[in-house]
Amino acid sequence: MIETRPRTMAPGPRGRFVSWLTTTDHKRIGILYFLNSFLFFGVGGVFALLMRTELARPGTQIFAPHAYNQLFTIHGTLMVFLFIFPVLSGFGNYFVPLQIGALDMAFPRINALSFWLLPVGGLTILSGFLTKGGAAAAGWTNYVPLAAQGRTGEDLWIVGLLIVGTSSILGAINFIVTILRLRAPGMSMTRLPIFVWSILAQSLLVVLATPVLTAALMMLFADRRLGASFFDATRGGNVLLWQHVFWFFAHPEVYILILAAWGVVSEILPVFSGKPLFGYRGVVLAFLMITALSFTVWAHHMFATGAVELPFFSATTELISIPTGVLFFNWLFTLRNGKLRFEPPMLFALGFIAMFLIGGIDGVWTASPAVDFALTDTYWVVAHIHYVLFGGTVFGIMAAMYYWFPKITGRMLSKRLGQWHFWIQLVGFNLTFFPMHILGLRGMPRRIADYAPNRGWTFLNGLSTLGSYLIGVAMLIFLVNVITTLRKPRTAPDDPWEANTLEWATSSPPPPHNFDALPPITSNRPVYDARHTAARAEGTS
Amino acid sequence: MSVSETIADERAVRGTSSPILGMVLFVASEAMFFAAFFGVYFTIRASQSSWPPKGIEAPKLGIPSVATVLLVTSSFVLQAGVRAIQRGQTRRLERLLAATIVMGLGFLVLQVWDYSRSPFGIRSGIFPSLFYVMTSLHLAHVAGGVVFLSMILAQSRTGQLSLERHEPVEAGAIYWHFVDVVWIGLFTAFYLLTR
Repeated sequence: MIETRPRTMAPGPRGRFVSWLTTTDHKRIGILYFLNSFLFFGVGGVFALLMRTELARPGTQIFAPHAYNQLFTIHGTLMVFLFIFPVLSGFGNYFVPLQIGALDMAFPRINALSFWLLPVGGLTILSGFLTKGGAAAAGWTNYVPLAAQGRTGEDLWIVGLLIVGTSSILGAINFIVTILRLRAPGMSMTRLPIFVWSILAQSLLVVLATPVLTAALMMLFADRRLGASFFDATRGGNVLLWQHVFWFFAHPEVYILILAAWGVVSEILPVFSGKPLFGYRGVVLAFLMITALSFTVWAHHMFATGAVELPFFSATTELISIPTGVLFFNWLFTLRNGKLRFEPPMLFALGFIAMFLIGGIDGVWTASPAVDFALTDTYWVVAHIHYVLFGGTVFGIMAAMYYWFPKITGRMLSKRLGQWHFWIQLVGFNLTFFPMHILGLRGMPRRIADYAPNRGWTFLNGLSTLGSYLIGVAMLIFLVNVITTLRKPRTAPDDPWEANTLEWATSSPPPPHNFDALPPITSNRPVYDARHTAARAEGTS
Repeated sequence: MSVSETIADERAVRGTSSPILGMVLFVASEAMFFAAFFGVYFTIRASQSSWPPKGIEAPKLGIPSVATVLLVTSSFVLQAGVRAIQRGQTRRLERLLAATIVMGLGFLVLQVWDYSRSPFGIRSGIFPSLFYVMTSLHLAHVAGGVVFLSMILAQSRTGQLSLERHEPVEAGAIYWHFVDVVWIGLFTAFYLLTR
């Protein structure tokens, strides 16, 4: 047993509110990340429902095209930069130090700064709605020359993303240093929980890819406000440069948005199968290969420009499906012959595997330039990204929520509501996004506020809108579940799921100093080892 | 648990070299930031028949050459400061840090002077766009470095640095050398490869 030093708490007259504003405790900062992320998720989600309502039938009912453009731009921006990434960082903040047996992050004050930059950046982007001409309206990919023509909302979008980018770079540096430097004795890199590996890979991508977005945003700002001409072909610039620089960041970004979800699922499947993760080293290697390869594929987003090397980018893209396939087979073999327990975290993890499989296969198809030429900028692409980021990441996020909620709050979420949430979300999700595949194949372009009634798109759009309302219902059930659970007494045991990793070796919720004592770490399942050593000791005595 | 393992752990828990690792990662991130700009520079340059494009006068070599000598020298001076504190010589560190800061300030002054004599403005086309955005972002990094080194100097003056605890100096030096290397790239791109 290793004694860990308790931290001296600052007792003082300061109120609870102020103590949350000034906290440097990684667990409280993690909770702040969750709160902030789900607020932006709510805003982005309402925007999505508004878009679906507009598209339910032909004709412009609620939104003129310019308002609609703002909706999808801000929807994408909020979901990518202010929900998915931060909520995953929230899990990282809360659980990386716990899983490696550390007292806190390496740089607690920088950690607090990383968090507080997020609401500032997010509100800066949203404040565009208050300006003349409205918020940014060039899509979350913000292509020039459209982006060059936007008004003040576009500048606020740029500044907001610069702030959010700074936040994520600082956060990622903090994660890497924490993981490399603050591991408890015995916690070698090969015993690192798989979720921590996923956060390490994700953080490497953030550190190396996000500054490229920062550079792109600064060039765009210089073009817009200082009279530079980076993206202005009439004055020696190059319009396609934006796409190159943006996607050089944004393709790794896609992996930034899914790596931690892979980590969560790789953490949950073994627990609810009663087996170790199949091929731990293979999974780690797959994470690292994907991290490296993700820097070589960006121009597959630009096949249709005719200005990129098609075979090269097609081949590198197909290459990524190999390590991704390794992940799938490791997950399936983890399940094989296991004693499966269908608790809500497991349901969402299984949902993740099925939905992400569809999203992945969509991706493999579109990696072929011939197919891509036909499908680019159609609803097919919308279906693909949502099968990856909603069917994949959001299912992973929900799995993590149900899995770790008892540890964070000391209370178990309702299993029954969790099951309702899962099934309605699964049906609603497929109803919303599966038809978009067919709409894409039938040629419906994305990012349009209206379509003609004679195109054969009406029925499928209606179906999609219906599905989106079901997703809304599922989210309300989740909200009810969280609120009612938070009003109940703290009854969750330390280790409700019979899990493997160190966060389950401390109380629920953990004390401010995380651990009173750590079990010996001799494998990547220390809590499992401790449980079985204790059981054996009882058996012999 | 063996003794060596305990010691290794104690070091890990205290995280003695976390600031340096953090700075290395930050510099890696900054390197990607400038790499994006250099990528853009060479993409644009490759598409032009002459460089700088017709109608744009190449920047003059005089002042920037002096600035380059100043900045490169300052890196060596700062590194001598790192050596000094590694031997516990705080006074010597402070003198060398002060010299580095003065040289950094000198670079900033020369750079602004050079801007004021420049034959073109940022609106004059793609070469000026690249020139002003890239060099001014670097300028901001030098300014940040001067502030950073001044904070380290203040730490040393208040007795917070010693033989045992001098990670800030090493972290500061890593940053300063990086900024220096970026300048050598910029000097090459805008002053040497334009003749």
